[in-house]
Amino acid sequence: MELKEQTGGSVTVLHVGEADADPTLRKALAIGADDAIRVNAFPKDSLFVAEQIAAIAKQNNYDLILMGRESIDFNGGMVHGMVGELLGLPSISPVMKLDIEGSTAKMAREIEGGKEQLEAQLPLVLGCQEPIAEWKIPNMRGIMSARTKPLQVVEPSSDTVASSVLQYELPPAKGAVKLIDADQVEELVRLLKNEAKVL
Amino acid sequence: MAILVYIEHADGAVKKTSLEAVSYAKALTEKTGEGDVIAIALGSISADALAEAGTAGASSVKHVADENLNAGVIQAHADAVAQVAKSLDAKTLVLAKSSLGDAVAARLAIKLDAALVSNVTELPDLSDGYRVKRSIYTGKAFAVTAVEKENKILAVKKNAIDLATDGAPATVETVDLSLDDALFAAKITATDKAEGDILLPEADIVVSGGRGLKGPENWHMIEDLAKSLGAATGCSKPVSDIGWRPHHEHVGQTGVKVAPTLYVAVGISGAIQHLAGVNSSKYIVVINKDPEAPFFKAADYGIVGDAFDVLPKLKQALEAAK
Ligand SMILES: Cc1cc2nc3c(=O)[nH]c(=O)nc-3n(C[C@H](O)[C@H](O)[C@H](O)COP(=O)(O)OP(=O)(O)OC[C@H]3O[C@@H](n4cnc5c(N)ncnc54)[C@H](O)[C@@H]3O)c2cc1C
Repeated sequence: MELKEQTGGSVTVLHVGEADADPTLRKALAIGADDAIRVNAFPKDSLFVAEQIAAIAKQNNYDLILMGRESIDFNGGMVHGMVGELLGLPSISPVMKLDIEGSTAKMAREIEGGKEQLEAQLPLVLGCQEPIAEWKIPNMRGIMSARTKPLQVVEPSSDTVASSVLQYELPPAKGAVKLIDADQVEELVRLLKNEAKVL
Repeated sequence: MAILVYIEHADGAVKKTSLEAVSYAKALTEKTGEGDVIAIALGSISADALAEAGTAGASSVKHVADENLNAGVIQAHADAVAQVAKSLDAKTLVLAKSSLGDAVAARLAIKLDAALVSNVTELPDLSDGYRVKRSIYTGKAFAVTAVEKENKILAVKKNAIDLATDGAPATVETVDLSLDDALFAAKITATDKAEGDILLPEADIVVSGGRGLKGPENWHMIEDLAKSLGAATGCSKPVSDIGWRPHHEHVGQTGVKVAPTLYVAVGISGAIQHLAGVNSSKYIVVINKDPEAPFFKAADYGIVGDAFDVLPKLKQALEAAK
Protein backbone atom coordinates (compact mmCIF):
# COMPACT_ATOMS: atom_id res chain seq x y z
CA MET A 1 0.00 0.00 0.00
CA GLU A 2 2.92 2.36 0.69
CA LEU A 3 4.18 1.81 -2.86
CA LYS A 4 0.72 2.30 -4.29
CA GLU A 5 0.41 5.61 -2.48
CA GLN A 6 3.79 6.71 -3.85
CA THR A 7 3.64 5.44 -7.41
CA GLY A 8 0.03 4.63 -8.24
CA GLY A 9 -0.86 1.33 -9.84
CA SER A 10 -2.94 -1.47 -8.47
CA VAL A 11 -2.39 -4.17 -5.87
CA THR A 12 -3.58 -7.76 -6.19
CA VAL A 13 -3.38 -10.17 -3.24
CA LEU A 14 -2.84 -13.78 -4.19
CA HIS A 15 -3.20 -16.82 -1.97
CA VAL A 16 -2.82 -20.53 -2.58
CA GLY A 17 -5.09 -22.23 -0.08
CA GLU A 18 -8.53 -23.26 0.94
CA ALA A 19 -11.67 -21.23 1.67
CA ASP A 20 -10.81 -20.66 5.34
CA ALA A 21 -8.37 -17.99 4.10
CA ASP A 22 -11.09 -15.83 2.55
CA PRO A 23 -11.55 -13.61 5.65
CA THR A 24 -7.81 -12.86 5.53
CA LEU A 25 -8.08 -11.95 1.85
CA ARG A 26 -11.05 -9.68 2.65
CA LYS A 27 -8.90 -8.05 5.33
CA ALA A 28 -6.17 -7.38 2.75
CA LEU A 29 -8.82 -5.82 0.50
CA ALA A 30 -9.98 -3.73 3.45
CA ILE A 31 -6.43 -2.50 3.98
CA GLY A 32 -6.47 -1.31 0.38
CA ALA A 33 -5.70 -4.04 -2.15
CA ASP A 34 -7.73 -3.70 -5.35
CA ASP A 35 -8.56 -7.33 -5.95
CA ALA A 36 -7.81 -10.80 -4.62
CA ILE A 37 -7.19 -14.18 -6.22
CA ARG A 38 -7.30 -17.47 -4.35
CA VAL A 39 -6.01 -20.63 -5.97
CA ASN A 40 -8.37 -23.15 -4.46
CA ALA A 41 -6.06 -25.93 -3.25
CA PHE A 42 -4.35 -27.20 -0.16
CA PRO A 43 -0.75 -25.89 -0.43
CA LYS A 44 0.95 -29.26 -0.66
CA ASP A 45 4.55 -28.13 -0.81
CA SER A 46 6.69 -25.18 -1.87
CA LEU A 47 7.00 -26.27 -5.48
CA PHE A 48 3.24 -26.68 -5.80
CA VAL A 49 2.66 -23.20 -4.37
CA ALA A 50 5.38 -21.63 -6.52
CA GLU A 51 3.93 -23.13 -9.69
CA GLN A 52 0.48 -21.71 -8.92
CA ILE A 53 1.89 -18.25 -8.24
CA ALA A 54 4.00 -18.33 -11.40
CA ALA A 55 1.02 -19.40 -13.50
CA ILE A 56 -1.12 -16.50 -12.24
CA ALA A 57 1.79 -14.08 -12.67
CA LYS A 58 2.27 -15.15 -16.29
CA GLN A 59 -1.30 -14.10 -17.05
CA ASN A 60 -1.02 -10.70 -15.40
CA ASN A 61 2.38 -9.02 -15.97
CA TYR A 62 2.92 -7.76 -12.43
CA ASP A 63 5.78 -5.29 -11.98
CA LEU A 64 6.54 -6.55 -8.52
CA ILE A 65 5.75 -9.82 -6.78
CA LEU A 66 6.15 -9.52 -3.00
CA MET A 67 5.91 -12.29 -0.43
CA GLY A 68 7.27 -13.06 3.02
CA ARG A 69 10.81 -14.36 3.34
CA GLU A 70 9.52 -17.65 4.76
CA SER A 71 6.38 -19.17 6.21
CA ILE A 72 6.05 -19.21 9.96
CA ASP A 73 5.29 -22.94 10.06
CA PHE A 74 7.64 -24.69 7.63
CA ASN A 75 10.33 -21.98 7.43
CA GLY A 76 11.27 -23.12 3.93
CA GLY A 77 12.13 -19.69 2.53
CA MET A 78 12.11 -21.01 -1.02
CA VAL A 79 8.91 -19.97 -2.77
CA HIS A 80 10.25 -16.56 -3.93
CA GLY A 81 13.33 -18.15 -5.49
CA MET A 82 11.26 -20.79 -7.24
CA VAL A 83 8.80 -18.22 -8.57
CA GLY A 84 11.69 -16.06 -9.79
CA GLU A 85 13.26 -18.97 -11.61
CA LEU A 86 9.95 -20.12 -13.10
CA LEU A 87 9.34 -16.59 -14.45
CA GLY A 88 12.97 -15.91 -15.39
CA LEU A 89 13.07 -12.89 -13.06
CA PRO A 90 15.59 -11.93 -10.38
CA SER A 91 14.56 -13.02 -6.87
CA ILE A 92 15.93 -11.29 -3.79
CA SER A 93 15.41 -12.12 -0.12
CA PRO A 94 15.23 -11.13 2.71
CA VAL A 95 14.46 -7.56 1.64
CA MET A 96 14.02 -5.14 4.54
CA LYS A 97 13.77 -1.88 2.66
CA LEU A 98 12.32 -1.13 -0.75
CA ASP A 99 12.04 2.10 -2.72
CA ILE A 100 10.85 2.35 -6.29
CA GLU A 101 12.24 5.08 -8.53
CA GLY A 102 10.79 4.85 -12.02
CA SER A 103 11.44 1.28 -13.08
CA THR A 104 14.33 0.79 -10.64
CA ALA A 105 13.94 -0.91 -7.27
CA LYS A 106 16.41 0.12 -4.58
CA MET A 107 16.60 -2.41 -1.80
CA ALA A 108 18.42 -3.32 1.40
CA ARG A 109 18.85 -6.96 2.17
CA GLU A 110 20.02 -8.60 5.37
CA ILE A 111 23.08 -10.81 5.00
CA GLU A 112 24.98 -12.75 7.64
CA GLY A 113 26.75 -10.19 9.79
CA GLY A 114 25.50 -7.12 7.97
CA LYS A 115 23.49 -5.49 5.27
CA GLU A 116 23.65 -5.18 1.51
CA GLN A 117 22.23 -2.47 -0.76
CA LEU A 118 20.93 -3.62 -4.11
CA GLU A 119 19.44 -2.19 -7.26
CA ALA A 120 17.50 -3.95 -9.96
CA GLN A 121 15.04 -3.20 -12.72
CA LEU A 122 11.43 -4.24 -12.41
CA PRO A 123 9.87 -6.78 -12.74
CA LEU A 124 11.18 -8.56 -9.65
CA VAL A 125 10.25 -11.20 -7.10
CA LEU A 126 11.06 -10.25 -3.51
CA GLY A 127 10.94 -12.15 -0.22
CA CYS A 128 10.30 -9.51 2.43
CA GLN A 129 11.00 -9.15 6.11
CA GLU A 130 10.31 -6.57 8.80
CA PRO A 131 10.74 -3.57 8.79
CA ILE A 132 9.76 -3.44 5.10
CA ALA A 133 6.63 -1.39 5.82
CA GLU A 134 4.43 -0.03 8.58
CA TRP A 135 1.62 -2.31 9.67
CA LYS A 136 -1.72 -1.00 8.47
CA ILE A 137 -5.04 -1.62 10.16
CA PRO A 138 -8.21 -1.57 8.06
CA ASN A 139 -10.55 1.34 8.75
CA MET A 140 -14.34 1.27 8.61
CA ARG A 141 -14.53 2.62 5.07
CA GLY A 142 -12.03 0.00 3.91
CA ILE A 143 -13.98 -2.79 5.55
CA MET A 144 -17.18 -1.64 3.86
CA SER A 145 -15.63 -1.33 0.42
CA ALA A 146 -13.82 -4.69 0.73
CA ARG A 147 -17.16 -6.46 0.62
CA THR A 148 -17.70 -5.54 -3.00
CA LYS A 149 -14.12 -5.82 -4.28
CA PRO A 150 -13.44 -8.84 -6.52
CA LEU A 151 -12.22 -12.05 -4.87
CA GLN A 152 -11.67 -14.50 -7.65
CA VAL A 153 -11.37 -18.23 -6.87
CA VAL A 154 -9.51 -20.27 -9.48
CA GLU A 155 -8.56 -23.92 -9.64
CA PRO A 156 -4.88 -24.98 -9.58
CA SER A 157 -3.12 -25.05 -12.94
CA SER A 158 -0.77 -27.97 -12.13
CA ASP A 159 -0.48 -30.72 -9.58
CA THR A 160 3.28 -31.28 -9.22
CA VAL A 161 4.78 -31.85 -5.80
CA ALA A 162 8.39 -32.55 -4.88
CA SER A 163 7.87 -33.78 -1.35
CA SER A 164 5.23 -34.68 1.18
CA VAL A 165 5.19 -34.70 4.97
CA LEU A 166 4.68 -38.18 6.41
CA GLN A 167 4.84 -37.46 10.09
CA TYR A 168 5.46 -34.76 12.69
CA GLU A 169 7.68 -35.18 15.76
CA LEU A 170 8.44 -33.13 18.85
CA PRO A 171 11.93 -32.64 20.21
CA PRO A 172 12.72 -34.48 23.46
CA ALA A 173 11.50 -32.61 26.53
CA LYS A 174 13.97 -30.35 28.26
CA GLY A 175 15.01 -31.21 31.82
CA ALA A 176 14.56 -28.71 34.67
CA VAL A 177 16.91 -25.74 34.87
CA LYS A 178 19.84 -25.99 37.28
CA LEU A 179 19.95 -22.79 39.30
CA ILE A 180 23.28 -21.46 40.49
CA ASP A 181 23.64 -18.91 43.24
CA ALA A 182 24.60 -15.45 42.00
CA ASP A 183 27.47 -15.44 44.48
CA GLN A 184 28.88 -18.69 43.12
CA VAL A 185 29.39 -18.01 39.44
CA GLU A 186 32.50 -20.24 39.54
CA GLU A 187 30.07 -23.12 39.90
CA LEU A 188 28.48 -22.19 36.56
CA VAL A 189 31.89 -22.15 34.90
CA ARG A 190 32.64 -25.56 36.42
CA LEU A 191 29.35 -27.02 35.16
CA LEU A 192 29.83 -25.61 31.67
CA LYS A 193 33.30 -27.09 31.60
CA ASN A 194 32.81 -30.49 33.21
CA GLU A 195 29.15 -31.32 32.79
CA ALA A 196 28.07 -29.64 29.53
CA LYS A 197 31.64 -29.73 28.19
CA VAL A 198 31.10 -26.61 26.12
CA LEU A 199 34.10 -24.59 27.28
CA MET B 1 28.28 -39.98 -10.29
CA ALA B 2 28.96 -37.71 -7.37
CA ILE B 3 27.30 -35.62 -4.73
CA LEU B 4 27.91 -31.92 -5.29
CA VAL B 5 28.24 -29.55 -2.33
CA TYR B 6 27.82 -25.80 -2.79
CA ILE B 7 30.25 -24.23 -0.32
CA GLU B 8 30.37 -20.63 0.84
CA HIS B 9 33.44 -18.77 2.02
CA ALA B 10 34.15 -15.62 3.99
CA ASP B 11 37.32 -13.80 4.99
CA GLY B 12 39.41 -16.12 2.82
CA ALA B 13 38.24 -19.40 4.38
CA VAL B 14 35.50 -21.94 3.73
CA LYS B 15 32.67 -21.41 6.22
CA LYS B 16 32.42 -23.99 8.95
CA THR B 17 28.77 -24.65 8.16
CA SER B 18 29.79 -25.42 4.56
CA LEU B 19 32.44 -27.85 5.83
CA GLU B 20 29.70 -29.52 7.85
CA ALA B 21 27.66 -29.80 4.66
CA VAL B 22 30.65 -31.54 3.05
CA SER B 23 30.82 -34.00 5.97
CA TYR B 24 27.09 -34.56 5.63
CA ALA B 25 27.50 -35.34 1.92
CA LYS B 26 30.36 -37.71 2.67
CA ALA B 27 28.24 -39.65 5.16
CA LEU B 28 25.39 -39.56 2.64
CA THR B 29 27.41 -41.14 -0.20
CA GLU B 30 28.41 -43.90 2.18
CA LYS B 31 24.69 -44.67 2.49
CA THR B 32 23.64 -44.13 -1.11
CA GLY B 33 26.76 -45.17 -2.99
CA GLU B 34 26.72 -41.97 -5.01
CA GLY B 35 30.49 -41.91 -5.35
CA ASP B 36 32.71 -38.95 -4.57
CA VAL B 37 31.89 -35.71 -2.83
CA ILE B 38 32.75 -32.78 -5.05
CA ALA B 39 32.51 -29.24 -3.74
CA ILE B 40 31.86 -26.12 -5.80
CA ALA B 41 33.11 -22.72 -4.69
CA LEU B 42 32.40 -19.40 -6.42
CA GLY B 43 34.39 -16.19 -6.44
CA SER B 44 37.88 -15.23 -5.27
CA ILE B 45 39.51 -17.50 -2.69
CA SER B 46 42.89 -19.25 -2.58
CA ALA B 47 43.29 -22.87 -3.70
CA ASP B 48 44.89 -23.68 -0.34
CA ALA B 49 41.81 -22.49 1.53
CA LEU B 50 39.59 -24.58 -0.74
CA ALA B 51 41.73 -27.70 -0.29
CA GLU B 52 40.51 -27.57 3.32
CA ALA B 53 37.17 -28.97 2.11
CA GLY B 54 39.07 -32.25 1.75
CA THR B 55 39.53 -32.61 5.48
CA ALA B 56 35.75 -32.60 5.83
CA GLY B 57 35.32 -35.26 3.15
CA ALA B 58 35.46 -33.72 -0.35
CA SER B 59 37.72 -35.40 -2.89
CA SER B 60 37.85 -32.37 -5.15
CA VAL B 61 36.72 -28.77 -5.41
CA LYS B 62 35.54 -27.09 -8.59
CA HIS B 63 36.47 -23.44 -8.32
CA VAL B 64 34.71 -20.89 -10.50
CA ALA B 65 37.06 -18.02 -9.77
CA ASP B 66 35.10 -15.33 -11.67
CA GLU B 67 35.30 -12.27 -9.42
CA ASN B 68 31.83 -11.18 -10.46
CA LEU B 69 30.70 -14.03 -8.23
CA ASN B 70 32.35 -12.56 -5.11
CA ALA B 71 29.09 -10.94 -4.16
CA GLY B 72 26.20 -13.24 -3.52
CA VAL B 73 24.35 -12.57 -6.76
CA ILE B 74 21.65 -15.21 -6.42
CA GLN B 75 20.83 -15.83 -10.08
CA ALA B 76 24.45 -16.06 -11.16
CA HIS B 77 25.36 -18.39 -8.30
CA ALA B 78 22.43 -20.65 -9.12
CA ASP B 79 23.36 -20.73 -12.79
CA ALA B 80 27.01 -21.56 -12.09
CA VAL B 81 26.12 -24.37 -9.69
CA ALA B 82 23.54 -25.78 -12.12
CA GLN B 83 26.09 -25.85 -14.95
CA VAL B 84 28.56 -27.79 -12.84
CA ALA B 85 25.90 -30.13 -11.42
CA LYS B 86 24.79 -31.00 -14.94
CA SER B 87 28.33 -31.55 -16.19
CA LEU B 88 28.95 -34.00 -13.31
CA ASP B 89 25.54 -35.61 -13.69
CA ALA B 90 25.09 -35.15 -9.93
CA LYS B 91 21.66 -36.22 -8.70
CA THR B 92 22.14 -34.84 -5.20
CA LEU B 93 23.23 -31.37 -4.16
CA VAL B 94 24.01 -30.57 -0.52
CA LEU B 95 24.54 -27.13 0.99
CA ALA B 96 24.55 -25.40 4.36
CA LYS B 97 21.35 -23.57 5.24
CA SER B 98 22.05 -19.83 5.06
CA SER B 99 20.31 -16.82 3.64
CA LEU B 100 22.29 -16.99 0.38
CA GLY B 101 22.15 -20.79 0.34
CA ASP B 102 18.36 -20.80 0.64
CA ALA B 103 17.94 -18.28 -2.15
CA VAL B 104 20.29 -20.10 -4.50
CA ALA B 105 18.86 -23.55 -3.69
CA ALA B 106 15.31 -22.47 -4.50
CA ARG B 107 16.30 -21.45 -8.03
CA LEU B 108 18.36 -24.60 -8.41
CA ALA B 109 15.36 -26.74 -7.50
CA ILE B 110 13.65 -25.45 -10.65
CA LYS B 111 16.75 -25.51 -12.85
CA LEU B 112 17.64 -29.09 -11.90
CA ASP B 113 14.07 -30.35 -11.52
CA ALA B 114 14.97 -31.35 -7.97
CA ALA B 115 13.12 -31.72 -4.68
CA LEU B 116 14.49 -29.18 -2.21
CA VAL B 117 14.35 -29.97 1.49
CA SER B 118 15.57 -27.24 3.83
CA ASN B 119 16.55 -27.28 7.52
CA VAL B 120 17.62 -30.92 7.30
CA THR B 121 18.70 -32.21 10.71
CA GLU B 122 19.77 -35.82 10.05
CA LEU B 123 20.93 -38.17 7.31
CA PRO B 124 18.00 -39.52 5.29
CA ASP B 125 16.32 -42.79 6.13
CA LEU B 126 16.50 -44.99 3.03
CA SER B 127 14.72 -48.02 4.46
CA ASP B 128 11.42 -47.07 2.80
CA GLY B 129 11.83 -44.59 0.00
CA TYR B 130 13.85 -41.45 0.76
CA ARG B 131 12.80 -39.81 4.01
CA VAL B 132 14.41 -36.69 5.37
CA LYS B 133 13.87 -35.18 8.79
CA ARG B 134 13.73 -31.41 8.86
CA SER B 135 13.20 -28.83 11.53
CA ILE B 136 9.97 -26.80 11.32
CA TYR B 137 8.25 -24.17 13.48
CA THR B 138 11.71 -22.64 14.07
CA GLY B 139 12.97 -25.72 15.88
CA LYS B 140 9.87 -26.47 17.91
CA ALA B 141 9.04 -29.57 15.87
CA PHE B 142 10.28 -31.85 13.09
CA ALA B 143 8.64 -33.05 9.90
CA VAL B 144 9.61 -36.38 8.36
CA THR B 145 9.39 -35.66 4.66
CA ALA B 146 9.21 -38.09 1.76
CA VAL B 147 11.24 -36.86 -1.21
CA GLU B 148 9.48 -37.59 -4.46
CA LYS B 149 11.96 -36.64 -7.16
CA GLU B 150 15.07 -38.35 -8.44
CA ASN B 151 17.12 -35.17 -8.10
CA LYS B 152 17.49 -33.88 -4.56
CA ILE B 153 18.77 -30.75 -2.88
CA LEU B 154 19.32 -30.89 0.86
CA ALA B 155 19.96 -27.66 2.79
CA VAL B 156 21.54 -28.85 6.02
CA LYS B 157 21.05 -27.14 9.34
CA LYS B 158 24.02 -26.36 11.54
CA ASN B 159 25.03 -29.22 13.86
CA ALA B 160 23.08 -31.80 11.79
CA ILE B 161 26.26 -33.85 11.70
CA ASP B 162 29.67 -33.94 13.35
CA LEU B 163 32.30 -32.18 11.28
CA ALA B 164 34.86 -34.66 9.95
CA THR B 165 38.44 -33.40 10.02
CA ASP B 166 40.48 -36.43 9.05
CA GLY B 167 40.28 -36.30 5.23
CA ALA B 168 43.18 -35.53 2.91
CA PRO B 169 43.31 -32.09 1.28
CA ALA B 170 41.07 -31.90 -1.77
CA THR B 171 42.36 -31.33 -5.27
CA VAL B 172 41.27 -27.95 -6.54
CA GLU B 173 40.37 -27.47 -10.18
CA THR B 174 39.60 -24.10 -11.74
CA VAL B 175 36.52 -24.12 -13.93
CA ASP B 176 35.68 -21.45 -16.49
CA LEU B 177 32.01 -20.98 -17.12
CA SER B 178 30.23 -18.62 -19.39
CA LEU B 179 27.72 -16.64 -17.37
CA ASP B 180 25.20 -14.49 -19.15
CA ASP B 181 25.16 -10.76 -18.28
CA ALA B 182 21.45 -11.03 -17.52
CA LEU B 183 22.31 -13.18 -14.49
CA PHE B 184 23.84 -10.08 -12.92
CA ALA B 185 20.75 -7.93 -13.39
CA ALA B 186 20.37 -7.42 -9.63
CA LYS B 187 23.33 -5.21 -8.71
CA ILE B 188 24.82 -5.07 -5.25
CA THR B 189 25.73 -1.41 -4.78
CA ALA B 190 27.13 -1.51 -1.24
CA THR B 191 27.91 -4.01 1.47
CA ASP B 192 28.09 -3.05 5.10
CA LYS B 193 29.53 -5.98 6.94
CA ALA B 194 31.37 -6.40 10.21
CA GLU B 195 34.73 -7.82 9.11
CA GLY B 196 36.41 -10.48 11.17
CA ASP B 197 33.63 -10.70 13.75
CA ILE B 198 32.28 -14.14 14.53
CA LEU B 199 29.12 -14.45 12.48
CA LEU B 200 26.03 -14.98 14.57
CA PRO B 201 24.32 -17.75 12.55
CA GLU B 202 27.50 -19.80 12.59
CA ALA B 203 28.81 -19.12 16.08
CA ASP B 204 29.39 -21.99 18.50
CA ILE B 205 28.80 -19.71 21.46
CA VAL B 206 26.44 -16.73 21.51
CA VAL B 207 25.99 -14.14 24.25
CA SER B 208 22.80 -12.10 23.88
CA GLY B 209 21.53 -9.12 25.81
CA GLY B 210 17.99 -7.85 26.27
CA ARG B 211 16.24 -4.79 27.54
CA GLY B 212 17.43 -5.72 31.04
CA LEU B 213 20.78 -4.17 30.15
CA LYS B 214 19.15 -0.73 30.32
CA GLY B 215 21.04 0.95 27.50
CA PRO B 216 23.69 0.69 24.77
CA GLU B 217 26.30 2.19 27.09
CA ASN B 218 26.24 -1.07 29.06
CA TRP B 219 26.87 -3.32 26.07
CA HIS B 220 30.56 -3.57 26.87
CA MET B 221 29.53 -6.07 29.55
CA ILE B 222 28.01 -8.33 26.89
CA GLU B 223 31.00 -7.80 24.60
CA ASP B 224 33.48 -8.53 27.39
CA LEU B 225 31.74 -11.76 28.29
CA ALA B 226 31.57 -12.71 24.61
CA LYS B 227 35.28 -12.07 24.29
CA SER B 228 36.10 -14.32 27.26
CA LEU B 229 33.99 -17.06 25.68
CA GLY B 230 35.04 -16.54 22.05
CA ALA B 231 31.38 -15.87 21.32
CA ALA B 232 29.32 -13.83 18.88
CA THR B 233 26.95 -11.23 20.33
CA GLY B 234 23.21 -11.10 19.80
CA CYS B 235 20.23 -9.25 21.24
CA SER B 236 16.47 -9.29 21.62
CA LYS B 237 14.22 -7.56 19.12
CA PRO B 238 13.33 -4.45 21.16
CA VAL B 239 17.05 -3.84 21.64
CA SER B 240 17.61 -3.60 17.90
CA ASP B 241 14.30 -1.79 17.33
CA ILE B 242 15.38 1.05 19.63
CA GLY B 243 18.78 1.06 17.97
CA TRP B 244 20.96 -0.07 20.86
CA ARG B 245 22.33 -2.76 18.55
CA PRO B 246 22.33 -3.33 14.77
CA HIS B 247 19.39 -5.18 13.27
CA HIS B 248 21.42 -8.16 12.09
CA GLU B 249 22.13 -9.09 15.73
CA HIS B 250 18.48 -9.56 16.58
CA VAL B 251 17.75 -13.15 17.46
CA GLY B 252 14.33 -14.77 17.22
CA GLN B 253 11.44 -15.62 15.03
CA THR B 254 11.74 -12.42 13.02
CA GLY B 255 15.51 -12.27 13.19
CA VAL B 256 18.49 -14.59 13.16
CA LYS B 257 18.01 -18.21 14.18
CA VAL B 258 21.05 -19.48 15.99
CA ALA B 259 22.13 -23.03 16.77
CA PRO B 260 25.18 -22.70 19.01
CA THR B 261 26.43 -25.27 21.48
CA LEU B 262 26.03 -22.58 24.16
CA TYR B 263 23.58 -19.66 24.25
CA VAL B 264 23.88 -17.17 27.11
CA ALA B 265 20.88 -14.86 27.55
CA VAL B 266 21.29 -11.84 29.79
CA GLY B 267 18.36 -9.63 30.77
CA ILE B 268 16.06 -11.24 28.20
CA SER B 269 12.62 -12.29 29.41
CA GLY B 270 12.28 -15.29 27.07
CA ALA B 271 9.22 -14.38 25.02
CA ILE B 272 8.09 -17.16 22.70
CA GLN B 273 9.22 -15.15 19.65
CA HIS B 274 12.73 -14.88 21.06
CA LEU B 275 12.85 -18.56 22.01
CA ALA B 276 11.94 -19.43 18.42
CA GLY B 277 15.40 -18.28 17.41
CA VAL B 278 17.36 -20.13 20.08
CA ASN B 279 15.67 -23.44 20.73
CA SER B 280 18.12 -25.32 18.54
CA SER B 281 20.91 -24.39 20.97
CA LYS B 282 22.53 -27.34 22.74
CA TYR B 283 22.85 -25.58 26.12
CA ILE B 284 21.17 -22.41 27.33
CA VAL B 285 22.31 -20.27 30.26
CA VAL B 286 19.94 -17.58 31.50
CA ILE B 287 20.90 -14.64 33.69
CA ASN B 288 17.87 -12.66 34.83
CA LYS B 289 16.97 -10.84 38.01
CA ASP B 290 13.37 -12.09 37.89
CA PRO B 291 13.07 -15.72 39.05
CA GLU B 292 9.74 -15.90 37.20
CA ALA B 293 11.22 -14.95 33.82
CA PRO B 294 9.89 -17.48 31.28
CA PHE B 295 13.38 -17.99 29.85
CA PHE B 296 14.33 -20.13 32.87
CA LYS B 297 11.88 -22.79 31.65
CA ALA B 298 13.90 -23.15 28.45
CA ALA B 299 17.28 -23.02 30.19
CA ASP B 300 19.74 -25.70 31.25
CA TYR B 301 21.53 -23.43 33.72
CA GLY B 302 20.30 -20.25 35.32
CA ILE B 303 21.44 -17.51 37.64
CA VAL B 304 18.80 -15.38 39.31
CA GLY B 305 20.60 -12.10 39.76
CA ASP B 306 21.37 -8.59 38.57
CA ALA B 307 23.33 -8.61 35.32
CA PHE B 308 25.37 -5.63 36.50
CA ASP B 309 26.57 -7.72 39.42
CA VAL B 310 26.80 -11.17 37.79
CA LEU B 311 28.48 -10.37 34.45
CA PRO B 312 31.73 -8.92 35.81
CA LYS B 313 32.03 -11.82 38.26
CA LEU B 314 31.33 -14.36 35.55
CA LYS B 315 33.94 -12.83 33.29
CA GLN B 316 36.47 -13.01 36.11
CA ALA B 317 35.61 -16.64 36.86
CA LEU B 318 35.97 -17.53 33.19
CA GLU B 319 39.36 -15.86 32.94
CA ALA B 320 40.48 -17.60 36.14
CA ALA B 321 39.43 -20.99 34.77
CA LYS B 322 41.41 -20.59 31.53
C1 LIG C 1 5.27 -10.71 15.70
C2 LIG C 1 6.32 -10.56 16.75
C3 LIG C 1 7.60 -11.00 16.46
C4 LIG C 1 8.61 -10.87 17.41
N1 LIG C 1 9.86 -11.33 17.09
C5 LIG C 1 10.82 -11.27 18.03
C6 LIG C 1 12.13 -11.77 17.79
O1 LIG C 1 12.43 -12.27 16.69
N2 LIG C 1 13.06 -11.69 18.76
C7 LIG C 1 12.79 -11.15 19.99
O2 LIG C 1 13.69 -11.12 20.83
N3 LIG C 1 11.57 -10.66 20.24
C8 LIG C 1 10.58 -10.70 19.31
N4 LIG C 1 9.36 -10.17 19.60
C9 LIG C 1 9.19 -9.43 20.87
C10 LIG C 1 8.98 -10.34 22.06
O3 LIG C 1 7.61 -10.65 22.18
C11 LIG C 1 9.44 -9.65 23.36
O4 LIG C 1 8.76 -8.44 23.50
C12 LIG C 1 10.93 -9.38 23.40
O5 LIG C 1 11.66 -10.56 23.11
C13 LIG C 1 11.31 -8.87 24.77
O6 LIG C 1 12.64 -8.45 24.78
P1 LIG C 1 13.48 -8.43 26.14
O7 LIG C 1 13.41 -9.77 26.75
O8 LIG C 1 14.80 -7.87 25.82
O9 LIG C 1 12.70 -7.34 27.01
P2 LIG C 1 11.73 -7.49 28.23
O10 LIG C 1 10.61 -8.40 27.93
O11 LIG C 1 11.46 -6.12 28.68
O12 LIG C 1 12.59 -8.24 29.31
C14 LIG C 1 13.69 -7.71 29.99
C15 LIG C 1 14.15 -8.75 30.97
O13 LIG C 1 15.30 -8.27 31.63
C16 LIG C 1 15.22 -8.60 32.99
N5 LIG C 1 16.05 -7.62 33.70
C17 LIG C 1 15.79 -6.31 33.92
N6 LIG C 1 16.81 -5.73 34.57
C18 LIG C 1 17.73 -6.70 34.76
C19 LIG C 1 18.99 -6.71 35.39
N7 LIG C 1 19.53 -5.61 35.93
N8 LIG C 1 19.68 -7.88 35.42
C20 LIG C 1 19.14 -9.01 34.88
N9 LIG C 1 17.95 -9.04 34.26
C21 LIG C 1 17.24 -7.90 34.21
C22 LIG C 1 13.77 -8.53 33.34
O14 LIG C 1 13.49 -9.35 34.47
C23 LIG C 1 13.12 -9.06 32.06
O15 LIG C 1 12.94 -10.49 32.12
C24 LIG C 1 8.34 -10.29 18.67
C25 LIG C 1 7.04 -9.87 18.96
C26 LIG C 1 6.04 -10.00 18.02
C27 LIG C 1 4.67 -9.54 18.38
